[in-house]
Amino acid sequence: MMITAAARQLAGRRVCFVGVGLPNIAVNLAARTVAPDLELVYEAGVYGARPARLPLSIGDPTIVTGARAAVSMYELFAFYLQGGLVDVGFLGGAQIDRYGNLNTTVIGPYADPAVRLPGSGGACEIAVNAREVFVIMRQGRRSFVESLDFQTSPGTLAAPRRTDSPTGTRRPGRGPTVVVTDLAVYRFTEGEMTVSSLHPGVAADDLRAAMAWEPRWADEVGTTEPPSADELRLIRSELDPAGVYTRS
Amino acid sequence: MSGKVATMRDAIAELVRDGDTVAIEGFTHLIGFAAGHEIIRQGRQELTLARLTPDLVYDQMVSAGVARKLVFSWLGNPGVGSLHAIRRRTEADAPPDERLELEEYSHFGMVARYTAGASDLPFFPLRSYVDSEMPAANPLIRPIASPYGDETVYAVPPLKPDVTIVHAQRASAAGDTQVWGLVGCQKEAAFAAERLIVVVEELVDEAIIRADPNRTLIPGLIVDAVVVEPWGAHPSYAQGHYDRDNAFYLEWDPISRDPARLNAWLAEWVHGVSGRAEYVEKLGTERLAGLKPGAAPSGEVDYGEYH
Repeated sequence: MMITAAARQLAGRRVCFVGVGLPNIAVNLAARTVAPDLELVYEAGVYGARPARLPLSIGDPTIVTGARAAVSMYELFAFYLQGGLVDVGFLGGAQIDRYGNLNTTVIGPYADPAVRLPGSGGACEIAVNAREVFVIMRQGRRSFVESLDFQTSPGTLAAPRRTDSPTGTRRPGRGPTVVVTDLAVYRFTEGEMTVSSLHPGVAADDLRAAMAWEPRWADEVGTTEPPSADELRLIRSELDPAGVYTRS
Repeated sequence: MSGKVATMRDAIAELVRDGDTVAIEGFTHLIGFAAGHEIIRQGRQELTLARLTPDLVYDQMVSAGVARKLVFSWLGNPGVGSLHAIRRRTEADAPPDERLELEEYSHFGMVARYTAGASDLPFFPLRSYVDSEMPAANPLIRPIASPYGDETVYAVPPLKPDVTIVHAQRASAAGDTQVWGLVGCQKEAAFAAERLIVVVEELVDEAIIRADPNRTLIPGLIVDAVVVEPWGAHPSYAQGHYDRDNAFYLEWDPISRDPARLNAWLAEWVHGVSGRAEYVEKLGTERLAGLKPGAAPSGEVDYGEYH
């Protein structure tokens, strides 16, 4: 459900920065359905990947073989991403707030964390430089929080600043535009996450129980279109035949 | 060492010293496990380990006690989960005297640091970190005003490792090194380093290098030692030579969760072997055969002959 909902959001997009796991399947599904001209960019240094198998990591050799270009990480981050060529970047995180700010660094205080998470990787630069950011993550009261333990990657420009320290210049028109969870699809109005559609069988109160704030609701909240037979066939027979990411 | 071609034992003994900042680079591809294991066997101490993705190799080195500090941008077991040995030394319940010092950037921040180091610049500017709390966590990431307009960007300082170690598909005895597939930031990390060790799957004649100069990532000019160590990047991969041993990346998760199991693993697979050749023999031909890819040769280009 998360995969097909995310894949459909990619219709009409051209260049997409892919992560491993669910985003990877979503992007590959989109390339086979709603976005046939999609070019896959992997932070490891690949443009125009055509993976023959589900990549096991962000730098799987299958993303190189048959790609349009294998480039250095400097070129990838400086020219492709910071240079403004990436239409959509996918991010996830351990925590997100109503403005789409993300935490992938620590649970608890930075210097003395209860849980040390992986950190930014390329997330911080994707959040700042991609024209749009799509977030895919499961939601619950511990992940959809009122206030992040640490802000790794910035969300929408509407978010109030958390410190008064000097910061860099943010280019307008960038930041998260879509959040897909296991319960709903959100878009953003006035910089705030807004419920766009609920997945089949999910009630408004189910959603409220799985987030720490009262969300904004779109004027007309729809029901997310369930996966089609064709999408399910592609996922089960081609994109994740072993059910690594989609068995549940 | 006479000439640059050396054994792993001699190269590490001569070029890696206690207290050094060591960068074993290679982004998911060509990770220098053989070199990391030799550093453990030789009992180096107090190293600062730099790498975008510490990966299993630094989890192993940290658990073996060679490191006091990590400089990094993404701390995980790629595609699997956590690096538990490192987490045990960084989270709140770690004993204070075992706490690992962390210096944290984003991927582009680390690449920019090597680029500044390789180019002998005092800093490198980038647009990352706007409205992120990373500069608050790491005061070496600093805002800087453009001298040409009213924009503010961030600067990161140069990273100049005492030693960089890279794994590659092939090199000549002079150290001219060729890589294909993902090239990560090895070139930047190599040029930034004071000393450089190149570990290769295959030693080739200089004529092979000269027949395809576009594929040379690192010139012998900056190489101090060339070590020939087939399968030296296992369990990571070498494009065209062998695949990532994903079963091992999965196996590492329960091993690294349990300090006793981890120590037993180090005793068996690092201290219990004399070097990579014995490690490879121990892995067995069946496991290795399962990692060999099919063929996908590149098209040839003609450089032309000019008299």
